[in-house]
Formats: sequence, structure tokens, C-alpha cells
Amino acid sequence: MGAELGKYKSCVSARSTDKELLKCAQDGGIVSSLFAFALDEGIIDGAIVAATKEFAAKNPSKVIIDSTNFDMIEPWRPIPAIVNTKAELLAAAGTKYNISPNVALLKEATRSFGLDKVGIVGTPCQMQAVRKAQLYPIGMRDVGASIALAVGIFCMENFPYQSILQLVEDHAAMKLESVKKMEIGKGKFWVYGKRGQVVQLPLKVTHKYEQPGCHVCLDYVANLGDISTGSVGSPDGWSTVFVRSKIGDSVWAKAMAAGVFETQPIEKVKPGLELVSKLANEKITKNKATLEARKTFGVGKALRNPYI
Amino acid sequence: MADKITLGYTHLSGCTGCTVALADNYAGLLTLLDKYVDLKYMPTLADARHVQKVDVSFVEGSVCINDKLAVEELKETREKSTIVVALGGCACYGNITRFSRGGQQNQPAHEAYLPIGDLIKVDVYIPGCAPTPQMIRNVAVMAYLLLKGTKEQKDLATAFLTPLMKLTEKTEACFCELMTQVINQGLCMGCGTCVAACPVNAITMEYGKPNGERDLCIKCGACYSQCPRSWFSFDVVENYEAINEAIMAALQ
Ligand SMILES: Cc1cc2nc3c(=O)[nH]c(=O)nc-3n(C[C@H](O)[C@H](O)[C@H](O)COP(=O)(O)OP(=O)(O)OC[C@H]3O[C@@H](n4cnc5c(N)ncnc54)[C@H](O)[C@@H]3O)c2cc1C
Ligand code: SF4
Ligand code: SF4
Ligand code: SF4
Repeated sequence: MGAELGKYKSCVSARSTDKELLKCAQDGGIVSSLFAFALDEGIIDGAIVAATKEFAAKNPSKVIIDSTNFDMIEPWRPIPAIVNTKAELLAAAGTKYNISPNVALLKEATRSFGLDKVGIVGTPCQMQAVRKAQLYPIGMRDVGASIALAVGIFCMENFPYQSILQLVEDHAAMKLESVKKMEIGKGKFWVYGKRGQVVQLPLKVTHKYEQPGCHVCLDYVANLGDISTGSVGSPDGWSTVFVRSKIGDSVWAKAMAAGVFETQPIEKVKPGLELVSKLANEKITKNKATLEARKTFGVGKALRNPYI
Repeated sequence: MADKITLGYTHLSGCTGCTVALADNYAGLLTLLDKYVDLKYMPTLADARHVQKVDVSFVEGSVCINDKLAVEELKETREKSTIVVALGGCACYGNITRFSRGGQQNQPAHEAYLPIGDLIKVDVYIPGCAPTPQMIRNVAVMAYLLLKGTKEQKDLATAFLTPLMKLTEKTEACFCELMTQVINQGLCMGCGTCVAACPVNAITMEYGKPNGERDLCIKCGACYSQCPRSWFSFDVVENYEAINEAIMAALQ
């Protein structure tokens, strides 16, 4: 186990001690609990999360209204939002398996939303965007120093909204509005209905619906988050947590001292880091092969490689 | 004085927004001038205004090819500087001056403006309208390390500046770069960074991909340069914490 897991100071299996929060969370409620704690402690004064259109319609001051058609009902379509309370965090908890451009709010968070200490959750690529913005703040005036807590979530791939629509409504034969939860795990795409029905799709069905931009992605476990988390490696209902930066270390220590999480040593849980490492390596190897293939994609013509 | 780098500032057809952005480093600017940089000439912030021999020159503004003096000043800047930095969207890409049709008092015949890279070789770009104080600061510190640092610091500065050097291969930018170099190339993953970077809010996300209001775009190049899929250096960005700390420590 090496570079594929990124740099980290500590790694544990963890779960929120807040039972109410866990009901809304995807896995161990790490992201929502961390932000709720950071809001209470004044570590952040708002967090950028992936809310829904329903949330946006009810809380127009928490989102940026662009040309999105809010009259059209689109369940499970994420809308980036800036939230300031636990109730709002819970309304935005849970994974939406389609693109939520959270970084789009990063600058505005420090402008019309008036935040001095911004929290942001995002996929590994979004953490890359955040760190590039801090080192090369080309169009991000006064943003870098305002980023107080960046929480990364593991990510194998993401989907356009229309892909999720097609997967759930055509392949799983369920209405999107009747879905309670979606999950990718144990080699399957799971769709849980509000009435208790469960449909599973093999990942070979979902692959062709993936966002193509994900196929050059070389980060599985959000190497650049202050803290990063995902379900893989830990038992059901628990999360694997990497504490990576000085900021992450300090926030995690305070949250632990305040009893926000219960933890187990990662070495003691099944399937443990070995599986995280295996999946990370699989993703990186596959996508490095894609990058290689792009070099000879045409006849003497390459596709562009973003990595220098 | 001996271990400072010398800096010049050539001001062509720019709105002084870049100058203001530099000044907006406040105490950081004073520390820069105190410890690292000897400002040799600059129309607004120094007594000397004419181009001199320097290690690094910043050029603000595009160059009007109908303005003999401006063209001469730009060429002289190139001859007398080791490193030329195009500061801001106008110097890099023409930016808002691309829309000029001339006819303005008191020089109605001044109508044709070019990014400076169309007339001289440029070494480093700092895009954006306006460029940000923090980006100017970071490049200034890195330029210092490149010229005066230890072997290790030189390596870091080279790695940091390389993408900004590569940007100089092009003198055109607009929202279209996101289409042609990112989306059309199958690289966009919908992070939304471009939306945040645009100074005129010309970009919105439509179902996870950026959509540009092309009539609003002023051609500053910020969206493309800020996009993590335009260029991304693992060597540099993975060390973000140490580099940020080093820059902040240098400015103490
Ligand atoms: C596209 C995608 C793919 C993933 N793939 C994996 C994987 O392969 N392996 C793995 O272990 N984990 C994966 N995860 C992470 C996992 O599903 C959980 O999000 C993570 O474990 C956090 O759970 P939690 O209970 O701590 O968070 P919660 O308390 O439920 O909070 C989740 C937070 O994430 C935000 N969020 C939801 N959807 C998105 C989105 N699309 N983009 C950005 N932010 C969002 C929510 O707004 C909320 O703030 C993936 C997540 C996404 C979004
Ligand atoms: S696979 Fe990579 S590019 Fe795609 S959403 Fe996940 S982190 Fe982003
Ligand atoms: S910044 Fe780049 S990758 Fe991110 S949404 Fe914009 S074009 Fe796509
Ligand atoms: S879309 Fe915005 S950021 Fe991009 S070049 Fe145009 S004005 Fe600049």
C-alpha cells in the first residue's frame, strides 16, 4: 500500500454518534457530522454541499439561480448550495451519483454569501480543483485563505444526470422520485425504493453511462482533501476516514474530543485498507491505460493530456 | 541589495487594474519590496518610469501597433529583461482590448491591439482580469526562488512556473478554450471551477458541463487556466500545503 492512497496522517474506520444524522447519511455520516461540528465551533461559517432542486426551490438564497429550470421536477439532480445549519446539512446529506459542480460556488461563497471560512465537500477531482485554485489563484481572488475545511469523498466514477435517469428508470424500472437511496458497492449499482424494493444492476451495465472525463482521473481516495472519506474498507454503516492535512488533523482531533465520532482501528475492520488499496490501484491502472491510449488515438494525432 | 532580484513594470494598453491588483497585496507588497525585489521602474509606483535592465519585467496591457512608442517600449523591455511576464488578460490574450475598433479621443487612429506575445517572446503568463494579488505574489516569490534560491528551491520554482511558461505558446483565449481543449477532448468532469473563475459570470453549468454566454466573454483566459483539466501538475499540487506555507513564511 503506497502512493495510491495519498499522503495521510491517520486512518480509521468511523461512524457518527448522532443517530438522527445517520438516518440521512450515505455511510457513517462523516461529512455531515464534520460540517455540523465545524459550524458549531466556528471553524467554518458555511459549507458548500450538493443539495437538491426541492431544497433550492425552498431556499433560493442558498443557491445561485442560473438558467436551471426549477419548474421541471428532477429528483436526485444535485444543486450546489451553501448551508449554515445542521437541518440544511441533513437536507443535503447522502450521495447523488451525478455531477454536482460544487466548486462553482467557491468564489461566490466569499462574496455575496459573505463567508470568511468556507467548508466544501467534493469528489477527488474537485479537491484537485480546490488545491490548484489555492496555488494558482488565477481567477480566484481572496479565495484560497478562506478555505477552512475541504472534505473529499472517494470516487470511482460519476455520471451525467441523464445517465442516472436512464439507469434508474429504464434499467432498474423504478421512478426516480420513488428512490430512497442509491449506492455503488460490492460490485453492483444498488437502487433502494421508498417502499422497500431493492434493484441491483451489474456494473457492466453502468459503465457505458459513466462521464467520459472520469476515465482520465488518477485519484480514488481524494488525496487532496483535508479529510477524505468513503464507504470502501469499512463495515456497512461505517466509513473509512483518512486525515491528511494539518487542518484536517486539528479538526478531526477536536471532533473526536467532542465525541462526534466513534472509531475502530482500520487494521481491525473487514475488509480494511487492503480493499481500498486494491480498488485505488485498479482505477489508477485503468485510467493510466486510457491516458496512454489517448496518445495514439488518431493517426499520428494524440488526444490532449492534461497532466504536466 | 545584492541578493534581491530587479523588477520593472511596463505599462501598455491596460486599465491599471493589474497595477491595483499588485498593490492589493498591501503589507505583502511591502515585504516583497523590502526583502526580495528591487523595483527599478514603474509608471505608477516608482520614480523611474523608463525601461531599464532588469531580471524580471511585468508587462501590463496589450500593445497598440499604431502606437510607435508603445511598440518601442515593449521591444526594449524584451531586450533588457531576463524574464518577461505578461501580467493580466490583456498582455496575455488581448482580453477586452480585442474588442477595440479605434475612434477614441485623443488618438482615434489607435485601433489595433495585440497581446504582447504576438510581438515579442514572453516567458510567463499570469492570466485573469484582473489577475489576483495572490497569483502575482506567488509568481513573484517563485521568480525570486528561481533566480536566487538554493538548488531545491530552484527546482520547486521551475516546477511551479512550468505550466505558466507553457501557456505562452498561445496568444488567444476565450470561453471556447473550455469547449475545444477540455469538453471536446473528453476531459471535462463538471467540477464547476470555470464558473467561479470567470470575472464576468459568463459561465453557468448545464447538467454538469459549462455553458458559456459567449457575448459576455471578455477573453481573459481565466476559466481555462483555472480549470484542473486544462493543466494539472501532480508534483506541484500534491505539495500544496508545504508550498503555501513556504510562500506565507517568505512574506512574514
Ligand atoms: C459520484 C460519487 C462516487 C462515489 N464513489 C465511491 C466509491 O467508489 N467508493 C466509496 O467508498 N465511496 C464513494 N463515494 C462516497 C460515498 O458514496 C459517500 O458520499 C461518502 O462515504 C460520504 O458518506 P457520509 O455518510 O460520510 O456523508 P453524508 O453525511 O451522507 O454526506 C455526503 C455529502 O456529500 C455531498 N454530495 C453528495 N453527492 C455529491 C456529489 N455528486 N458531488 C459532490 N458532493 C456530493 C452531500 O451534499 C453531503 O454533504 C462516492 C460519492 C460520489 C458522489
Ligand atoms: S472519477 Fe475522478 S473525475 Fe470522475 S467524478 Fe470521480 S473524482 Fe471526478
Ligand atoms: S473547470 Fe474544467 S473540468 Fe471543471 S467544469 Fe469547467 S471545463 Fe469542466
Ligand atoms: S468565459 Fe469568462 S473567464 Fe473565460 S475567457 Fe471569457 S471572460 Fe474570461
